[in-house]
Amino acid sequence: MVHFSSDGRPLPTPTPITAPFFDGLRERRLVLQRCPRHGYFFYPRGRCPHCLGDDWEWGELSGRGTVYSFTVDRAGHDPALSSRIPFAIALVDLDEGPRLVGNMVDCDVGDIAVGMAVEAAYEDVDETTLLRFRPAT
Amino acid sequence: MGKRAAAIVGLTEWAPKRVWDEPMFTMEACARLAAEVLADAEVDKSEVDGLVINGLRESPLFAPSALAEFLGVRSNFNEVVDLGGATPAGMVWRAAAAIEVGICETVLVFTPSVPAPPQPGANGGPMKMKMGAYMGGEVWGSPQGQFEIPAGLVAATPSFAMAASRYMAEYGVSEETLAKVAVDSRYNAQANPMAVFYGKPITIDDVMSSRYVADPLKLLEIVMPCYGGSAVLVTTAERAARCPHRPVYVSGYGEHLTHKSITYAPDIVDTPIRLAADRAFAMAGVSRDAVDMASMYDCYTITVLLTIEDAGFCPKGQGGQFIDEHSLRYDGDWPLNTHGGQLGMGQAGLGGGMSHITEAVRQVQGRAGERQVPDCDIAYANGTGGMLAEQVALILEGA
Repeated sequence: MVHFSSDGRPLPTPTPITAPFFDGLRERRLVLQRCPRHGYFFYPRGRCPHCLGDDWEWGELSGRGTVYSFTVDRAGHDPALSSRIPFAIALVDLDEGPRLVGNMVDCDVGDIAVGMAVEAAYEDVDETTLLRFRPAT
Repeated sequence: MGKRAAAIVGLTEWAPKRVWDEPMFTMEACARLAAEVLADAEVDKSEVDGLVINGLRESPLFAPSALAEFLGVRSNFNEVVDLGGATPAGMVWRAAAAIEVGICETVLVFTPSVPAPPQPGANGGPMKMKMGAYMGGEVWGSPQGQFEIPAGLVAATPSFAMAASRYMAEYGVSEETLAKVAVDSRYNAQANPMAVFYGKPITIDDVMSSRYVADPLKLLEIVMPCYGGSAVLVTTAERAARCPHRPVYVSGYGEHLTHKSITYAPDIVDTPIRLAADRAFAMAGVSRDAVDMASMYDCYTITVLLTIEDAGFCPKGQGGQFIDEHSLRYDGDWPLNTHGGQLGMGQAGLGGGMSHITEAVRQVQGRAGERQVPDCDIAYANGTGGMLAEQVALILEGA
């Protein structure tokens, strides 16, 4: 579910199963579920998307990965974000396997490239912390 | 030899328009489309015993029964299809399969997309307008609402832009080559008076100088949303033989999907088109070389490039070269989207996806007029839904 921040941005409404992920972000930690047979998976859900097993455990990842692909939104496809254009949306392959989506920060949108090394960044918006990515240091 | 159980025998299509002057309830639109498509096929309404729709605004639940009641149809096959832009192609094979199974004989397939008459005392609501780009992903518990929407990954263009971006990095294709898809589509639209861009040809330079909407996609590589509507009639081979137009067999079909949001596509440049097309061609017993015209879902230029490759018309990674080396015009050596595609004709909601099927049917039936492809017997038509997610491929063959 979506709710809106005090400055009008769409924010996630965590569910019982996704809350640990968002709680982790607030602590500047990237935590995902790890299946003993299939490793980390994203997004959080009750059963592993590979084997439907429920014997996963939460674990902390490095936050490092590479840009699988990206785009720069120059039109404001979400009217709620139109005041923030241009902004970059990236699909990031984490070193531990799973692919996540997040906005790129701390760089010029023109400097982003497929394959570039990135690391997790965190941005507090009201009571929520959002996962971002920035060029790896 | 592919399937010969069911054939498309009639069609109707309204010219896509950016502004629709005659608001209609969906059920009213279906009634008008039904009257037109039955007249085109010279089939009486009493013969109809199947309805395929995407839903009805006036009856969110119990939609098929509401439409049967409205149209006065006694229906044996009632289907609601939810595959985004692949919905029309998915509707057609479901109708053909139902006929082959023997559950019904004559099926109306509807893709209306018109505005409703204004509701007294309602203005749509600012919140509803605001969330339009979320396409339902804002509901409680939706993964999309928790991960994609807060990142601004909404509507469709940014997702397809990421497919283009990845393709350029992995295989390499120039923006000029992608622009050629839009230019050839627009050329075809000049032979289609129903096209929203009829009378408005464009050049590569026009595309290249149009503004970036989501890098690397530019404005003229993106469909124009329109209102409109269309319908086709599918019936048994036996009944089809007594219709005025050449029956167009639904001789092969395939469908595949793996994900909703592009984040979770197993490989965003090896699309579900591949498995859907392989199944369709195998079922039809037709080789790629035998296809006389192709009608490929073209919400964006990149969609066409990926479809040419993944449907097996050229090796992976060589779609750019294929586009450069072939004329995709109705009078060219590889006629594609001869109606102008959605890029040239406009995207009338699901009618946009249906336009690829109606055009393939027109070509096989020999009634494409100025843009007729000579000796057109076999067409490939497909639909792409959501974020390169839902995929349906059809082989359409003349009797």
